[in-house]
Amino acid sequence: MVVAATLERFLRNSFPDASALAVEDRTGGGDHFQVTVASGRFDGLTLVEQHRLVYEALAEPLADGSIHELRIKTRGIA
Amino acid sequence: MSQSMSQLGEQIKEIIESEPVSVFMKGTPQLVMCGNSDRALRALRAVGAPVTAVDVLPDPQIRHELSALSGWPTIPQVFIKGELIGGADIVDELYASGELQAKLDEALGTERESTERTVVLA
Repeated sequence: MVVAATLERFLRNSFPDASALAVEDRTGGGDHFQVTVASGRFDGLTLVEQHRLVYEALAEPLADGSIHELRIKTRGIA
Repeated sequence: MSQSMSQLGEQIKEIIESEPVSVFMKGTPQLVMCGNSDRALRALRAVGAPVTAVDVLPDPQIRHELSALSGWPTIPQVFIKGELIGGADIVDELYASGELQAKLDEALGTERESTERTVVLA
């Protein structure tokens, strides 16, 4: 089981400038998460590119397949 | 006898590149097996997209080969004319902002038919 705080730590590492960063365990079961990130790293990128950065940031916790669903909401800050 | 990885990869690539709108999903449009695949499909239906669906569930290799091609780790995956549009979150977001409609109008014209068909990879 993954805890939200773990995902948040990985996201903070990758998006140290984040003006908004939230991880919600949608079911409390540690396998369905909603993550929200606003960062300058997203400025000028397409949504596909933005989400790719989030997947990259969370590659390690995502690797074992125990997270069944990851909902992603991103935005730039420019 | 199962197909080799490269043959399956070629089939997937062919679908992505030749179909106007392709959706790799869990289940079929008639029997959707996942809430996120459902979200993506609903958004596409709402804008009258011609949907070519591929069910990834029959063989784990489909998903493996697809993600290797697209560099996208999750299902569903929506493509318009070969371009990865995104998963359920992005398709939903683009639908809400009107950009999904605009993208389709631009890629396929406004006189499109909202057909649905399922391609079985075996």
